[in-house]
This record gives sequence, structure tokens and C-alpha cells, in this order.
Amino acid sequence: MGEFCMPSLGADMQAGTLLEWKVKPGDRVKRGDIIAVVDTDKAAIEVESFESGVVEQLLVQPGEKVPVGTVLAIIRTEHMTAGAEAVAPAPAEPLPVRAGMEPKLRPGMVEPVARELPLPRPPLQPSPTARIVPGLAEGVETVPPVPLPPPTAARTERIKASPLARRLAVELGVDLGTVRGTGPDGAIGRADVESAAAGRPIPAAAAPGLLPETKAPSPPAEAKAPPTDYQAGMRRAIAAAMARSNREIPHYYLETRIDMSRALRWLEAENLKRSIKERILSVVLLLKAVAKALGEVPELNGYWIEDRFQAQEAINIGFAISLRQGGLITPALLSVDTKSLDEVMEAMRDLITRTRAGRLRSSELTDATITVTSLGDLGVETVYGVIYPPQVALVGFGKITEQPWAESGMLGIRPVVMATLAGDHRATDGRRGAQFLDALNRFLQEPANL
Amino acid sequence: MNGNSKTVRRITYREAVHEALRDALLRDQRVFLMGEDVGRYGGCFAVSKGLLEEFGPERIRDTPLSESTFTGAGIGAALGGMRPIVEIMTVNFSLLASDQILNNAATYLHMSGGLFNVPLVIRMATGGGRQLAAQHSHSLEGWYAHIPGIRVLTPATLEDARGMLWTALEDPDPVLIFEHSTLYNMEGDLPVDAGPVDIDRARVRRPGRDITIITYGASLFKVLDAAETLSGEGIEAEVIDLRTLRPLDDRTFLDSVARTHRALVVDEGWRSGSLSAEISARIMEGAFYELDVPVERICSAEVPMPYAKHLEEAALPQVDKILASVRRMVTSHG
Repeated sequence: MGEFCMPSLGADMQAGTLLEWKVKPGDRVKRGDIIAVVDTDKAAIEVESFESGVVEQLLVQPGEKVPVGTVLAIIRTEHMTAGAEAVAPAPAEPLPVRAGMEPKLRPGMVEPVARELPLPRPPLQPSPTARIVPGLAEGVETVPPVPLPPPTAARTERIKASPLARRLAVELGVDLGTVRGTGPDGAIGRADVESAAAGRPIPAAAAPGLLPETKAPSPPAEAKAPPTDYQAGMRRAIAAAMARSNREIPHYYLETRIDMSRALRWLEAENLKRSIKERILSVVLLLKAVAKALGEVPELNGYWIEDRFQAQEAINIGFAISLRQGGLITPALLSVDTKSLDEVMEAMRDLITRTRAGRLRSSELTDATITVTSLGDLGVETVYGVIYPPQVALVGFGKITEQPWAESGMLGIRPVVMATLAGDHRATDGRRGAQFLDALNRFLQEPANL
Repeated sequence: MNGNSKTVRRITYREAVHEALRDALLRDQRVFLMGEDVGRYGGCFAVSKGLLEEFGPERIRDTPLSESTFTGAGIGAALGGMRPIVEIMTVNFSLLASDQILNNAATYLHMSGGLFNVPLVIRMATGGGRQLAAQHSHSLEGWYAHIPGIRVLTPATLEDARGMLWTALEDPDPVLIFEHSTLYNMEGDLPVDAGPVDIDRARVRRPGRDITIITYGASLFKVLDAAETLSGEGIEAEVIDLRTLRPLDDRTFLDSVARTHRALVVDEGWRSGSLSAEISARIMEGAFYELDVPVERICSAEVPMPYAKHLEEAALPQVDKILASVRRMVTSHG
């Protein structure tokens, strides 16, 4: 016996409107079937059943707006119909009630069990019958409530998951009911939750950096569903931002070749002192040098808003991170100028992990004062960037390659990186941009001072 | 710090303890050593050989076979301003002195309203593995770790054997030092300038990402051997040497569990009501939501320690048991 309740489709959702029933009483439903459409503040969302069984009764009419947790329908579950007689009555105990929900005992609900059995009636199953599909979850509301001990062993199985798996499921917005456990007795562990999370688009909550106006997408039916509205939404957001940039921002481009031999040699020696996981990547030197150079050319660090440049005190470098599912997000590494190399490395590692897990903080999505794009790992040698408005500059780095290098009348082979600056000509002129690249080069020749 | 041949030397655990004793006797005139056979015989584990000749019978005192008496005398001397080191031959014999340790040494500061502290150090050998049978081989340090008012140390490394004694003598309250008897012959490199070490913190003896193995004393080396083997299989175990069993530095192992999400405790004590149980409980209290598999324990079999070699080996934690547990715990989720 199961209750199909109004699901929480986001941490901020208080109530939802039932738009449409996809089933009628007597219909047989399988776990995962779409049985209703619910409207939230953001979008119409299809909601699936968490149990298999027969729809017993619909309790809410289309058009009604009800609080989260309200019972919408009663579903008679499979083994209720098959083996109800075998189920022993549970001792009388207070009905488990979920927050914000009245226990609604309906005659039709208890009958199949109660008919053959003396009172007391079995308690309601605490597990929800409706779950939001993974990929949509914005908050903690979508994980299963703490399951109570089943009244009898034969009833609904408690989901076996490690404490860490439960915590991660909350953080990643994964419904444990949809995760296949690979541990002893099918227990769900961290790896199971992570692979479930990896096989679906990141939660919408992670997107606002590039998706200020995107609506919540409708959920994919399965984790491996074809490209979703969500990805289309991200594409649209990128399109809007970039179109605006090219429409409004008069870009100028400068580029310079930078000899990286000193910086890389110094870094190699530094990294020998570190354990493998503490090692600093060369991109951190580049980021730090950008921050230092911005200290000399502050006109590149800030926003063009209301027809004037507004300099920003903090140097928050938006760092483009491409997502495995496609699209990209440019969360900010905050206050790079005041951080040590180790701190920047740590912050970057943390940022990448959290970006891919869909756990960014809002400040990281809105506070970038400049953007750095590094496409070197893809073999690109030169990046001509499109500025992310309202920022006024984008710094690009290509791949560090060995190149012939003439210096002091001698020809040698050096590791070289092409640094480019895309500048907003409204905010700065080529001369200031050139001074920035010059300073960038200078700081990279003195890596120990970064 | 990179050691080289000039700054380190080859030394045994026995010699490291000997040096620690000699150093303490030289540093502070109030320090003296007292126990069964510590003088003329040189200590039943030969730790104090030569000290009687160097420091004389006033400071290296042979005692009758009466643990309660000479431990009580040590407490009295400590109250009187001395810094006694009492040696008890094995932890099994310390039970004769347990009344003095628990009812007197551990409580005087409290009973005197803070007037009298007891700066006493008691050293004793502990543990099995040397075919000394059921009256000389147990690991009861976990029992002492139950008692508020004393500090319990378990030096496993040469550095700790050399360095813990002086720090213990500087502690104003009673300190018990448990030296595992299989370690005395262990040989290794120790820096020439090795000196006092802290007695507050556990140490990560080997960093790893996949599982935290918490241990102390001689089991440390079984765990490190197992960790080496596991590393060859792609499993990186983080090995934590507790060093101090009371007060327990739980921060170190809780932080580690937060990184590895798995915990195994290897403790030569018996399982029921043991230190390993305490560690497991603290992980539940402090790192429950970090755990990906249940905490497991490898302890000694709950029997009097057998004399027969193969049975004794079977009763003690061993490398193969550690390997089996870790492999099961690490691979249980894909």
C-alpha cells in the first residue's frame, strides 16, 4: 500500500499544483511510470511512481494547489494484492507522519489488509511513492525521508546505504531509490551514488552562472536519457551571453609569446617538495600571474555597467570549466591576488570538484571580475576569447609548446605559451592592454615571487 | 629532512630505551629507576644494563618481587618531590600494583583538592608473540586507558622509545609507558640528535586514500607491512599510530576517516570492551556520515594467550588477517 504524495521539486517549493493525471483508478503502474504532471513556480514537471501496483484512488483533482507532502493518490502495491493475507499485523504504534502532512487513512486503503486481520490496523508505509527524477533535484527535499522500521520483514525494504552514501545523495541530489547498490546485500556505497550522479546532467542549481533566466527543465525519464531541455537551456544561456558580448562589446585583441622555461623549472623544483596531491599545476602560475598583472592594470578588472567602467577591488578570476555533459560554467576563484600558490591550487581543485558535482556557491557564480580560458590541454595554441559581460577582459592561454626562441643573439628551444588578451575597448585601450601582457610576462619570469 | 649516514645511526629499540633512561638520569638528579632486577641483572629485557655501575645503587634500585609495594613507594617518592621511574616486568604483573595505580596514583590530585600531584612514570613490557604463555603475554594497556588521571603511552618507533620518557617525566601527573616486548630487538635508523617528543598526538605513519588503519605498539609494523602489500594491489591504506592511548587523540583518526571513508582498528588487546571498541565508538560519534562501510576490528582471540607457537600466532592479529579485511572493505562497493 503506498501513498503518492506531492513531491518537493526544489528546496524552496512549498506547494504545487496538480496539472494532470496520467493514470486513472484501476490502472496498473510500474515503478518509474509517469503518473502525474505537477506545476511548480518554475515549470511543469512529470512525476513518476516509486512503487509498482494498482492505482486505488485519486484524491486531488487537476487544478488543485496543495502543500508538499499531501497525499495525491493511493496505490495498492504488488505484494499487497498478491500476498496481503500473509502479512502479520504490526503492533499498534503512532502512525508515522511526515512533516507537513496529515495522515490520511482511507477505507479503500486499509481494506485489503484489514479484512482478514484483527485490529489494530497496520501503520501507513512511511516511504513515499513518488520521487522526483534525478537531475532535477535542487535541494535536500528529494531524498527519501529517514525510513522507519518496517512493520513486518516482508514489507517495503529499507534502502541499505552507507552513511556517506546517504550524505552524498543529499548533496548531489540523487534519489537513493534509483541507485543500484553493489555492496554486500546490495548496499549502496559512495561509488554507487557517484556513478549515479555522473550519469545524469548536473542539477539546475549549478547552472545560474550562465543560466540566469533558464527555467527548470522537465526531467529525463531515465538517467541515460537523450540530451535534455536542460542542456538546451544551457546552450541558450551561452548563446544569449555571447551574442550580447559580440553585439555590445567592441573587442580588441593582443597576443604575446611568453617564455615559460623559468616558471616551469621553478615549478618542477617546488613540486619535488610536495606530495603528489599537493603539487601545483602550471595553470596556477598563470592564474596567479594574471592576478598580479591586474594589480598593475586595474582597468581590466571590473565591470562595464551603465556606460562606465566600475573597477572591482577583489580579483576574482572566472575559470572556464567545461562539463562532461557538454556546455561550460565559469565559476570564480575568489581573491586570487591574496592567495598563495598552494591556496589557489587548493581552491581550483575544490572548485572543479564542486562544479562537476553541481555544488557551487552563488558568489562563485556571480562574482567573477575577469575570465581566464585555458584550452592548452586540448592542444590549442592560441585562444581569442569572447568577453563575458559585464566583464571587460578575457585572458586566454594556449598549450605550452616547445618553440625556437631567439634571445641575446642565440637561438634555443624553450617552452612557450601564447597569452592573449581580449579587451573591451570601451574600458581600456590597446596601450593598457599591452602593459598588462607585459606585466604578465614579467611576473612569469620571476615565479618565486608569485 | 633528509637523513644521511652522519646524522643517523643504527640502533635497537632496547638501546633507544636505555638511552632515554640514561639521558633522564643525567638531566635530573631527582630521577631514579626502581624495579625487579633492574640493577645487578640489568633488567629482565636488558634495558638497564650498565646503569647500576654508572649511577650507583641509590638511583638504580633493585626491589623485592612485590609490585604493590614498590609502586606505592614510587608514588610516595613522587609526592616527596622525586621523579621516579618504576619498572614493572610485564603488564600481567602490574595487576598486583593496580590498586596503587588506580586508587592512589590516579586519584591523589583529586582527593587532595589539587594539593598533591604524582609525577610518577611506570614502564612495563606488554604483548605477546614470544611464547611466554598466558601469564606474561597479554595486552592490558587498554584497561589502563580506561582510567582518568593517568596518561598511557605506547611507543612503537625508535624515535618514540627514545623520546617519550623525558616528556613523560616532565608531566606533573602519573604516566604509564607500555613497551611491546617483541620490539626490543627491532633495529633501525635513529637521528643522532633524537630527543624528547610530544606525547599528545597520534601520527600518520603512512598516508593513503582508501582506508584508515588505526593501531599502536607492535601491531603498527604488521599494519605497515600489510599496507605495503596493499599498495602493490592499488589499495592505499593510511596508517595511524595512536602513540598515546589516553588521552586519545581522536581528531587525527577522525580527520583521516573523513578522507578515506573506511576504518579498520588493529589492536592486540581482546575485542570485548576494548580500546578498539572505544575507537570504533568515537568514529560513530564523530565521523558517522563519513563512513562508507562499517568500522571493522582485528583483535586478539578471546582466549588466554596460548603457549604453542602456531596457536599463539593464530591468536594474535597478523598481516594476512589485515590484508583480508582491507580487501573486503575496500572492494565491497565496486
